[in-house]
Amino acid sequence: MSEITSAEYKKVAVDSIADPVLQSALESLQSRLGPATQNLYQNLPEGQELRKTAHGYRRKAIDNLDILLEALADNVEKNGGTVHFAATDKEAVDICLNIARDHDVKKVVKGKSMVTEEIGLNHALEEAGIDVAETDLGEFIIQLADEKPTHIVAPAIHKTRQQVGKLFSEKLGTPYTEDPPTLTFDARKALREKFLTADMGITGCNLACAETGHITTVSNEGNIRMSTTLPKVHVAFMGMERIVANLEEQQSILRLMSMGAAGQQIGGYVSYIGGPAAENHCDGPQAFHLIIVDNGRSKILADEEFREMLCCIRCGACLNVCPVYGKIGGQAYGSAYSGPVGAVVTPLLFGVNNAADLCTGETLCGACRQACPLEINLPRMLLALRAKLSEGDAKWGVQPKGKSEKLMFEAWQKIIKRRKVYDLFLKIGYVLQKILPAQDGMIRRLPFPFNGWTNNRNLKPLAAKTFMQRWKEREGGKQ
Amino acid sequence: MQKKDNVTLFVQCIVDTMYPEVAESMVDVLEGLGLHVDCPTEQTCCGQPAFNAGHQQVARAAAEKFITIFEGAQTIVSPSGSCVNMVRNHYQDLFKDDPAMLARVKAIGERTFEFTEYIVDVLGVEDVGARFNGKVTYHASCHLNRFLHIDRQPRALLANISDMTLVEMKDADKCCGFGGTFAVKFSEISEALVEDKVNNIIASGADVVAGCDMGCLMNIEGMLSRKQSPVKVMHIAELLAGKSYE
Repeated sequence: MSEITSAEYKKVAVDSIADPVLQSALESLQSRLGPATQNLYQNLPEGQELRKTAHGYRRKAIDNLDILLEALADNVEKNGGTVHFAATDKEAVDICLNIARDHDVKKVVKGKSMVTEEIGLNHALEEAGIDVAETDLGEFIIQLADEKPTHIVAPAIHKTRQQVGKLFSEKLGTPYTEDPPTLTFDARKALREKFLTADMGITGCNLACAETGHITTVSNEGNIRMSTTLPKVHVAFMGMERIVANLEEQQSILRLMSMGAAGQQIGGYVSYIGGPAAENHCDGPQAFHLIIVDNGRSKILADEEFREMLCCIRCGACLNVCPVYGKIGGQAYGSAYSGPVGAVVTPLLFGVNNAADLCTGETLCGACRQACPLEINLPRMLLALRAKLSEGDAKWGVQPKGKSEKLMFEAWQKIIKRRKVYDLFLKIGYVLQKILPAQDGMIRRLPFPFNGWTNNRNLKPLAAKTFMQRWKEREGGKQ
Repeated sequence: MQKKDNVTLFVQCIVDTMYPEVAESMVDVLEGLGLHVDCPTEQTCCGQPAFNAGHQQVARAAAEKFITIFEGAQTIVSPSGSCVNMVRNHYQDLFKDDPAMLARVKAIGERTFEFTEYIVDVLGVEDVGARFNGKVTYHASCHLNRFLHIDRQPRALLANISDMTLVEMKDADKCCGFGGTFAVKFSEISEALVEDKVNNIIASGADVVAGCDMGCLMNIEGMLSRKQSPVKVMHIAELLAGKSYE
C-alpha cells in the first residue's frame, strides 16, 4: 500500500548535499535543537536516571504488550469508544475507509501522524473521493507542494519563506508575501475553514495509557486538539507499541518526548482523549475510533535483537544530532521515518533488502543514542542489520547482498590470520602505491573499489617499515 | 611507580602500517612512566572493519586470533578508542551465544585499556612532563567519547603539556565522517562531514589537531592535505612524547 524509495538513498543524499537551502536549514535545525535537548537532559529535576527509568517503563510495556493492549481496548470501550486491531497497512486503511463510509464523510482534517504516513492513508482516502487536509503547518505546506517530509517533526524545513509565499499565493490565492506571520495567518485562515467543515478528524497517538484507556496527542499549534474536537467523528491511529501501563509512566515519557522533539519541557498542547463526547454533552465528537496497527511490529516484537526498537516514541531527537542526517536530510531515507530511527525501523518494517543502504549508510558515531530520550541503542541495531545483510537471514527473509564485499573480507581474513602473509601483502602494497598519483607524500588517487576515498581527500601511504618490524629491530638491538 | 608494571601493546592496524611513529611515541611515554613494555609482533587487526560491515564470521575469526595472542597479557594498552571498544564491547556481541568464549572475551576486555585511559585512570597520572610549543585543538573521537566515555582523560593530559595552547574547535565531538567502509561506500556523505570537521579545525586557528584515534585523524589528514592546509594531525601520544610536528 505504502511504498518506500530507500533504494535511492545515495542518489538523493548526493542531491541533498548539493542543495544549499537544505544544508542551511539542516544546520540551523541541528544547532538549535540538539544542544537544547541536551541542556534539558542535564537539568532534569529527577536527574539523568529518569531516562533509564523511562526506558524501563517502555521496555516493560513492550514485554507485556498483549496485556496492556487488551486493558486499553477494554477501557476505551468503557469510555464509549470503538477499538479496531489491524494486522496490516491495508486492513488499517480499510477500517478507516469503512468508518468514513458509515458516517458519509466527505472532508477530513488530520493531525500529524507518522503511522498514517507509514500505511499510506492519505492516498487511499483521496482515491475514495475524500478531501484530506493536513493541519500541522509544516505538513500543510508539503501537502500543498506535493513533497516529501524532510524531518519527522519539522517536515517542511527545506522550504524557504519565499517558496512558501509563492506556494500559498498559487494554491490558496492569497496575495504574495514572504512575511512569516502573514503567511501563518493565511494558513490559519485556510485551515480554520477546513476544521469547521470537516466530517472526520484523524490523528495519531503519541502514547496511550492502558489503565485509564485514553490516548494522548502532543502539538505546538493546537491543530491536533481541533482535529479531535471539531469534527463529528474522531479516528485515532496508533502503532501497537505506543502504550504504557499507567499515567505516571506516561507523564514521564511525554515530558522526555517533548525534550527530544522540540527542546521543550512539555509540548504546547497535550491532549488526553478518552472517547467520544458523553451523552447530553454538546462538545466533542459523537464517535471515537482507535485503530491499533501491527503492520510488521509483531515480527519486531518476536525478535529479541530488535525488540528494543519498539520502545521508540518517534520524537526525532536522533535526527537533530545525527551527522549523516544533518547532511542528507529526511527525503533520502525514502520512507515516513527518516534519520537514525528510519535507518533501523524502515528495514524492519519494509524489508531489509529494500532498505539495504539505510543499514550501512551511517558512521556508527553513537550521537543518536546519546540524544535519544530513552537511550535506545540504535547503533547496536544497525550493526545487527548489517550482519543480516552480509550473511543473510532466513527469519527476516534477507538475501545476502553482493558477493564481492564478502569475498574481499574473507580474503582479508586469510591475510590477517598470519603475520607473515600480512607482511607480504603490506610489502606488495608498499611497492604498488608508488605508482599511484601523489601529492606532498600523500596518495591522491586510489584505484577501484577504494576510489571513493580520494574524490576529495588524500590518503597517507603505507610506511616503509611497520611498527612491528621497527619493534623487532629495536628488541633485536637490545640483545 | 614502585614496581615496573608490564604493559602489552595492542597496536591499531592503521598505526602499525601507516603511522608507526605513533606507537613508538606511545612506547616512549609508557617507558617514561617507568613501565615495562612488550609487544606481540604476530598481531594484525582486531576485526573491527569486518564487524562494522556486518561480516561477523570474519570478525569472529579475527577476534579468536586476538584472544590467542593477548590472553596471556596482564595489561593491554592500545592507541585507539575504537579498537578498545571493539575488544571490550563488541567481542561480547560476537560471542554472545558461546558462554565459554564469552567469559574469555569479557576477561580480556577488562584488561584492555585505551592509552589515555590507562595513564589517567589506572596509573593516576595527569601530567607526564611533556612540552610542546604550538597551538593544538582536540578532536573527540566518537567511539572513545560516546562508547567508552573517555573524554576527561585526554583533555587532562593535554591541559598539562607545558608551553602548549589548547583551543577548542566548534563541534569537537562531532563525527569526522570516517566510519570505516562507510567512507568509501558513501564517500560523498563522508566527505561532506570531514569537510565540516576540517573547516572547524582551520577556523580554530590551531597548528595541530590532536586525537586518540588514527582512524579519524587519517580521515582528517586526508582532507587537510588535499586542501593543502598547513595544519598537522598528531596522535596524543606524539604530543605527550614531546615529538615535534616538523
